[in-house]
Amino acid sequence: MFYGVDLTSRLMLGTAQYPSPQVLLEAIEASGAQVITVSLRREGAAGGAFRALLAKSRCRLLPNTAGCHTVREAVTTARMAREVFGTSWIKLEVIGHADTQQPDPFALVEAARVLCAEGFDVFPYTTEDLIVGEKLLEAGCKVLMPWGAPIGSGQGLRNLAGLRSMRAHFRDVPLVVDAGIGAPSQAAQAMELGFDAVLLNTAVAKAVDPVGMARAFGRAIQAGQEGFVAGLMPERDMASASTPVFGLAELA
Amino acid sequence: MRIDLNGQTIETQARTLADLLTEQGFESPCVATAVDGDFIARPLRSGTLLNDGVKVEVLSPMQGG
Repeated sequence: MFYGVDLTSRLMLGTAQYPSPQVLLEAIEASGAQVITVSLRREGAAGGAFRALLAKSRCRLLPNTAGCHTVREAVTTARMAREVFGTSWIKLEVIGHADTQQPDPFALVEAARVLCAEGFDVFPYTTEDLIVGEKLLEAGCKVLMPWGAPIGSGQGLRNLAGLRSMRAHFRDVPLVVDAGIGAPSQAAQAMELGFDAVLLNTAVAKAVDPVGMARAFGRAIQAGQEGFVAGLMPERDMASASTPVFGLAELA
Repeated sequence: MRIDLNGQTIETQARTLADLLTEQGFESPCVATAVDGDFIARPLRSGTLLNDGVKVEVLSPMQGG
């Protein structure tokens, strides 16, 4: 449950960098995503077309505060987004460093506190740091979104142990792996760890065939989730033959 | 009066934020506005006076990740 909303598809899909609005629309359909991320920008030539596309899509919108580096910028952007998109959902990004796109955890917590108090449903883009996670929950967040790897890097789950700890530590908090996913297998892995959803954009938008890749991600995420629910077998150091020894013929 | 609109210096006759949107041809319901870094909600636009050199941002829904 994400702020009281139950999603059957656990893929949240970004809408940037597609070759055309038509491909974006088809990719959203093929992925099965019920949530798409959007932003606020000075309107360019394609602004009208994008609004028309949003009207056509039946997805719930998750506006972001991408590109914001300070609490003030992020809070102002969130307020603007709530008015123009008509939703209290906000993907809160407060970027600490332009090269790594790493969140600034101090500003993030502060901005989250302001926005939660104003009734926003905050989806904070954070790291796998447990204490930052706790502070975000104290601030009023009911979802956490740790990064898999730096935004757009396609490296997958770079700190597997950290993400596993986070899942164990925040047992009842919806957790979304946001950013850094490059391949469907990596998204499936996040779901197999017990994460509740995966948010990605570049891996689909920059694929040779974005629509095909969107479908692949949708299926991988579903497979990973079903695998988690079904319960993975424990890993072993040594081999353990699966065919029974009982009844083995003596042929030597 | 000269103001800064979305990073460009422009000359305007508009006295309020609402007038500015009309003058510059923005579709008012489709945009969100900020003046000097503060969000200005839709109902407050007509009461928001513009001063010389003020920085106005008029933003629209766009693609995002």
